[in-house]
Amino acid sequence: MPTFVQMTRCDGCGQCVDICPSDIMHIDDTLRRAYNIEPDMCWECYSCVKACPHNAIDVRGYADFTPLGGSVRVRRDEEKGVIAWRIIFRNGKKDWDLLAPITTKPWGTGIPDLKTASAPSDEMKNSQLLYNEPKYIRLDDGGLHTLESNGLSMKEGVYY
Amino acid sequence: MGYSTVVEDNIDVLVVGAGLGGTGAAFEARYWGKDKKIVIAEKANIDRSGAVAQGLYAINCYMGTRFGENNPEDHVRYARMDLMGMVREDLLFDMARHVDSAVHQFEEWGLPIMWDDKKETYQREGRWQIMIHGESYKPIVAEAAKKSADKVFNRICVTHLLMDDSTANRVAGAVGFNVRTGNYHVFKSKTVIVGAGGASNIYKPRSVGEGAGRVWYAPWSSGSAYGLMIEAGAKMTQMENKIVLARFKDGYGPVGAYFLHLKTYTQNGAGEEYESKWFPALSKMVGKEYLDTEGQHLSHKPIPTCLRNHAFINEVNAGRGPIYMVTKEAFQDPHLEEIGWHNFLGMTVGQAVLWASTDVDPKYENPELTTSEPYVMGSHATGCGAWCSGPEDVSPDEYFWGYNRMTTVQGLFGAGDAVGGTPHAFSSGSFTEGRLAAKAAIQYINDGKADGIVVGDAQIEKRREQIYRPMETYTVNRNHITRGSVNPFYINPRQGLDRLQKMMDEYCGGVTVSYMTNANLLNIGLKKLGLLAEDWETGIAAENIHELLRAWELKHRILTSEAVMQHTLFREETRWPGYYYRGDHMKLDDKNWHVLTVSHRDPETGEYTMEKAPLYHIIDDEKPAKKPAKKKAAAKK
Repeated sequence: MPTFVQMTRCDGCGQCVDICPSDIMHIDDTLRRAYNIEPDMCWECYSCVKACPHNAIDVRGYADFTPLGGSVRVRRDEEKGVIAWRIIFRNGKKDWDLLAPITTKPWGTGIPDLKTASAPSDEMKNSQLLYNEPKYIRLDDGGLHTLESNGLSMKEGVYY
Repeated sequence: MGYSTVVEDNIDVLVVGAGLGGTGAAFEARYWGKDKKIVIAEKANIDRSGAVAQGLYAINCYMGTRFGENNPEDHVRYARMDLMGMVREDLLFDMARHVDSAVHQFEEWGLPIMWDDKKETYQREGRWQIMIHGESYKPIVAEAAKKSADKVFNRICVTHLLMDDSTANRVAGAVGFNVRTGNYHVFKSKTVIVGAGGASNIYKPRSVGEGAGRVWYAPWSSGSAYGLMIEAGAKMTQMENKIVLARFKDGYGPVGAYFLHLKTYTQNGAGEEYESKWFPALSKMVGKEYLDTEGQHLSHKPIPTCLRNHAFINEVNAGRGPIYMVTKEAFQDPHLEEIGWHNFLGMTVGQAVLWASTDVDPKYENPELTTSEPYVMGSHATGCGAWCSGPEDVSPDEYFWGYNRMTTVQGLFGAGDAVGGTPHAFSSGSFTEGRLAAKAAIQYINDGKADGIVVGDAQIEKRREQIYRPMETYTVNRNHITRGSVNPFYINPRQGLDRLQKMMDEYCGGVTVSYMTNANLLNIGLKKLGLLAEDWETGIAAENIHELLRAWELKHRILTSEAVMQHTLFREETRWPGYYYRGDHMKLDDKNWHVLTVSHRDPETGEYTMEKAPLYHIIDDEKPAKKPAKKKAAAKK
């Protein structure tokens, strides 16, 4: 957004380098601190801002269309399962805190281990079903939808 | 160069690119292949990679079957209508009948999905969209993939697929390099599921500097899904079907929740409704079947996205811009106001930054909209991608060759942007496609189809030499000049990307020509693109490993662009006014072009061949149900 890194806060830990989807947060060889090496490949996705343990990374809107002075800051807390945003307008008239949940469960606890899940039967292997289907699609006893079950067929030609 | 070669051998399922498609593939593969070796190769970090890295505020594809909301065929008909008929309805039906089970699992994994107490269903944004607090959508889904995979290789830029040296047209793995260490990585695998991304940044963007990063689709979506598969000789479909997005100006903030949930609407600069006045002429271009001037605008039947773009573009070109989103009414409701902002914070923070910095408060001021530069992808409201087999119980013979989501290369599967003809899959549908591909890939291995694969050292050495050539080019030629970026023997990846974007824009219907092209322009464009491809081979220079990454992303974007130009040239009609126009064929032509376009690039010669594939539609049965005929196992072309 490009992102920028505050000199006095960054300790060069590299969390931002590790997470950046665009590979543009790098450590400066001389300063031993992070910086954005390619602002025009920055999506302003805030992945590095959220990952920084020292809140050293912030965003200054793209120079070709964003005036200076506005601000959107964030703290993401996996333990509490929330993300807190603060939006401040350039003219100061709006200063807003917004909070949202990021998960409903303690981190990573709701995910099954398919290595230990019971193996699929041959019948299931030869069907069109995926893991946990059809019960994860519908609550009744019905099966997977097919053309046949839904009274449909595929026909070549011009239909709308 | 002193980079090590790291070989990962005996892989059963290699997932290339772990966005929503790839994570779905890795997760599901473990269930069907308990003893199989499943490996992920990801260009960034799986916790924040792909198009959903930033988060999402909605899941745009959910049937609600358990609540009796929609059947799969309803979604097929919607996508067909939106794409002016051009979809693979077997693949779409298949995705739609499975997609709910993916979403219900996401909820179980901890993804917060909003609930509608009154209707006792998930909170709907529109007929197909449900609203989520999805800031951590990707990290949550990544946990599931990591739990299933044997190994996750982060920061591997996959450059090529490996091919079997013993049997023609059969995949054998992939190669690439580590973006941190520079090491050469070889993955020998029985099957490959490509979950890599579509293409942003192949068209000149509206922004001129830093803002070029604020592309609609992620800047790291480098067309690698297409680049990898095209070079391996996989057939591609609907690559002409680029997409243009109507979005909030400059920040490209999404409009879906605004239109559907906040009930905001558009006006021209004079505060007038403008869409309907363009429809009579447009109806003549595309036919009454696609746009019914009398009934449609007032009815609830959705108008195809491209046609709404057409009205937008023409209204602006007629001098009555800008187009505004009327937010002032909706934002008086504090709850809706909050949703309006959360919507950006959840998936396009940059739009919030822009409004904060320009003091745009949508409560008191209607924000401007714009139409974006074109994008090439296959999971949003467009269907570029590989020509893949569908499922046995749905697909007609022409669409079926043994394994669901397998491309025309044996053992090579796709998911998400990689699969052609399946628009409106979005995040949940891409994940579902990954699951379908994974089950089929395991079956392919169990059927013995991957037996006897041979990968010779010569192929591995050849690829190694190719991968580092841009660094060699830099080293050899750097000292011809004193300093700077102007060198007569090479260009850097950024300079190459600039050239690509300019030619795609001017010759293949970009934003500066109001999305207009024709056969003359496309032929010139193809010639210039050929020169760029030649320059890439001998004259692209990478000063370091990061630039090497950009060089290979450029290569994949060039391969993607060539397919886009070839397909655009082949389809002699204007099928999607508002996405692009063939000035020499301004009308939609169902007589000759109610077909899917399929291309093949010969991996040896680089020659393109184009063909038309029949278009099947799902229709209501008139006759009593009968057992579907057994499909032949070979592709019928």
